[in-house]
Amino acid sequence: MSESTAIAHGAAEAAHQEHPAYLRHHFENVEQQADATNFAMWIFLLTEIMFFGGLFTAYLIYRNWYYPAFVSASHQLDVRWGTLNTLVLIFSSFTMAMGVWCAETRRRKGLVLCLGLTFVLGLAFLGIKTIEYGEKIEKNHVPGFHYSLNSFLDPEHDAAAKQYGDKPLPLDMARHTEVYFSLYFAMTGMHALHMIIGIGILGYMMFRAWGGAYTSGHVTFVENFGLYWHFVDIIWIYLFALLYLISRHP
Amino acid sequence: MSATIVSLPDQSTARIPKMNYLSKENGLLSWLLTGDHKRIAILYLISLSFFFFIGGALAGLIRLELLTPQADLMATDTYNKVFTMHGVIMIFFFLVPSVPATLGNFLIPMMIGAKDLALPKINLLSWYLYVAGGLLAIYTMAAGGVDTGWTFTTPLSTHYVNTNVLTTGLAAFIAGFSSIFTGLNFIVTIHKMRAPGMTWFRLPLFVWAHYAASILMVLATPVVAIAIVLIALERTIGIGVFDPTKGGDPLLFQHLFWFYSHPAVYIMILPGMGVISEVISTFSRKRVFGYTAVAFSSVAIAVFGFFVWAHHMFIMGISNYAVLVFSLLTMLVAVPSAIKIFNWTFTLYKGSITFETPMLYTFGFMGLFTIGGLTGVFLGTSGTDIHLTETYFIVAHFHFVMVGGMLMAFLAGIHFWWPKMTGRMYPEKISQLAAVVTFIGFNFTFFPQFILGTLGMPRRYASYPPEFQILNVFSTAGATILGVGYLLPVLYLVWSLKYGAVAGNNPWQATGLEWQTQSPPLTENFTSTPIMDHEAYDYEWLERQKEKEVASV
Repeated sequence: MSESTAIAHGAAEAAHQEHPAYLRHHFENVEQQADATNFAMWIFLLTEIMFFGGLFTAYLIYRNWYYPAFVSASHQLDVRWGTLNTLVLIFSSFTMAMGVWCAETRRRKGLVLCLGLTFVLGLAFLGIKTIEYGEKIEKNHVPGFHYSLNSFLDPEHDAAAKQYGDKPLPLDMARHTEVYFSLYFAMTGMHALHMIIGIGILGYMMFRAWGGAYTSGHVTFVENFGLYWHFVDIIWIYLFALLYLISRHP
Repeated sequence: MSATIVSLPDQSTARIPKMNYLSKENGLLSWLLTGDHKRIAILYLISLSFFFFIGGALAGLIRLELLTPQADLMATDTYNKVFTMHGVIMIFFFLVPSVPATLGNFLIPMMIGAKDLALPKINLLSWYLYVAGGLLAIYTMAAGGVDTGWTFTTPLSTHYVNTNVLTTGLAAFIAGFSSIFTGLNFIVTIHKMRAPGMTWFRLPLFVWAHYAASILMVLATPVVAIAIVLIALERTIGIGVFDPTKGGDPLLFQHLFWFYSHPAVYIMILPGMGVISEVISTFSRKRVFGYTAVAFSSVAIAVFGFFVWAHHMFIMGISNYAVLVFSLLTMLVAVPSAIKIFNWTFTLYKGSITFETPMLYTFGFMGLFTIGGLTGVFLGTSGTDIHLTETYFIVAHFHFVMVGGMLMAFLAGIHFWWPKMTGRMYPEKISQLAAVVTFIGFNFTFFPQFILGTLGMPRRYASYPPEFQILNVFSTAGATILGVGYLLPVLYLVWSLKYGAVAGNNPWQATGLEWQTQSPPLTENFTSTPIMDHEAYDYEWLERQKEKEVASV
C-alpha cells in the first residue's frame, strides 16, 4: 500500500518536472502557451494600429485640405527636440531588445539593468515632450485655450516662421492651423499615454525581474512587452515624419 | 483515448454529476475571481439580462409615450434621453456582447475540444470592463442622462448639448475594450487551442461565425474608441478635429463612427447566425447544407461589412459617386446573408424536423431576419433611402434584424444549450408558448412601424400627427405582448434551475463535442483531450456511436 502511494507520488513528481510551474493548466505544453500569447499580442497590436489609424486618416485628409496651414504649423515644431526624442526612443528600443535577450539567456542582473535603462529613457522622452508642450503653451498654440494666430498672420515677427521664410497666411487658412495643432496634441497625447502605460508596466517588470521571475525560462511576458514597446516606438517614428519632418524644405 | 463517447440519455436514471464546474468551488469570490470560461459566461448572462431589462423598460417608456400623438407622458427632452439611453444600453451592453460573451464564451472551448479560452484572465478582465462600463452608463442615467442619440452625432454632442456626453462616451469606450478582449481571445483560441483532428472545416459553424465576428470586434472597435476620444477632447479642451468653426469636419466623425458601428451590426448578428446553424442542423437531423458556403459566407459578411459604412450617410452630403459605390457594396452584403438563409432552408428539406423551442425561435429568426434583411436592400438603394431614412422605416428595419433576428437567435441558443449549462431541461410546453408569444408580439410591435415609416412618420420625436395614432397603438399593444414573451423565459428558466428535469449529457442527440461530455461540464470540460474523428454534424457517425454503445451495454 505504502509502496504504491510512493510510486504514485514519484509519478506525480515526474509529471511536475515535465510541466514547469508557469504552464497554465489549460495548455497542452509550453510551446502552445508561448505561441498563443504571442499571437494574442500581435492581434492586440493590430487593434492599436486601427486605433491610431483613425488619427492618421484624419491627419491625411486635413493635410490635403489645408496644405498651407499644415506646412506653416509644422514649422512651429522644434525639429531638434523631435530628433532628440526619436534617438531616445530608438535607443530605448535597443535596450528593450537587449532586455529580451537577457531574459532568454537567463541573465537576471542584465535584465534588470536593461529594463531600468528603458524605464529611464521612457521618462526622458516624456520630459522632452513636456518641454515641447510648454513651448506650445507659451506661444498660445494649444487649440481651445486662447489660440493665437500671430505666428501665421505675421510670420516676420516669429522666429520659427521666419527661419523657413513663411509667407503670411490669409486669415481663413491661418485659422485652420488650429486643426493641425488639434491633431498634433491628440496624436502625440495618445502616444504619450501609451508611453506612460508602458513605463508603468516596466516598473512592475523591474520589480518582478529582480526576484528572478523572467530568467527561469518563462520569457513570454518580457517578449510581449518588448513587442508593445517597439510598436509604440514605430508609432512615434511615423509621428515624427508626419508632424515634424514632412514640410522641412525651406 | 478518445473522449468522444456518446451516451444515450436515459432521462429516468440521469443524475446531475456531483463534480461539475458549478459545484467545484463555492462562495462569491470563487465566482468573482474565476478563470473558468463557463463561469464567466454565467456572470455575463446574469449581467446581460440585467441590462436587457433596463433597456427593455426604457423601450416600454418610449412605446407608452407614443401611445398618444401629444408629448404627454414625459417632456420632449426627457423623451430624447430615454430613447438615447435605450439605444446605448441595448447596443453596447446587450446586443454586442449578447451571444459571444455568454454562449460563445461557454461553448467555443468546448466545441473545439479545449479546456479553456487561451487567455482566461483577459476573459475575466473583459467581464469587469463590461460591468464597469455598464455601471457608468447607469450612473449617467441617474445623473440626468444624455440626449444625443446613441450615435453621439457631432457637432450636437460636442457643442450643443450639456448632458452627460462624456460619461456615456467613456462607458461605450470601456465596453468597447471589453468587446476587443473577447474577440481577441476567441481568435487566439480558435487558432491555437483546437483539439487533435479538429481541422478548420470540421469546426461547427457556430465557431466560424464567432471567428468572423471576432475579426470585426478586433479591427473595428478601436476606430470608434478613437472617435470617442476625439469627442471627449473636443468637449473638454476644445480641439477642432470635428468642429467646423475651426476647419474640422463633422462628417469625419460620421465616417469614423460608422466605420465601427456598421460592422458592429455584424458583430451582433453573426454569432446569432452561428446559433441558428447549430439548432437547425440538430432539429432537422441533417448536416447543414453547403457547410463550406455557410462558413465562408460568415467571413464574407465580415469582410464586406467593412466597406459599406457610408450607407448611413447618404443624406449627409457625401459625394454622389460615394453614394453610388457604397450603395453597390451594400447590395453585395445581401449575397452572403442570402446564402445563409437559403442553405438553412435547404437543410430543412427532407430533414426529420422536430419543433422544440429552440427550433421555434429559429423559424422566427429566419422569417424576421429575411424581412429585416430585404428592407435593408430598400435602404441601401440611395433613391429610396433618401425618402425612408430618419423615418420609422429605419427603426422597423433595425429592430427586425436585431430584435427579430438577433434576440430570437439568442433565445434559441439559450434554450438549446440550457441543458448543457445547467444540467436541467427548461419546461417544453410553456417555452414553446413563450416563443410563439414573442413572435406574435414582435410582429405587432414592429410591422406597423414599416407602414408608419413609408407614411412619413419621423423617428426620434415624442409627438406625431394624430392620423398616425392607430398604428402606434398597435405597436404599443404589441410591445406589451412582446414584454410578456421576454418575461416568461426568465421566470421558467429560473424555475428550471431547481425543478427542471435532469437533462443528461446529450438531450438533443446532437453531434458537437460539447454534447459528448457531462452536463453541467467539468471545469476542465473533458476528462481527457478529445480527438475529433468525424466531420461536423455527422449524424451517421452519431448513429454508429450509439449502436456501439448499445452493443457494449
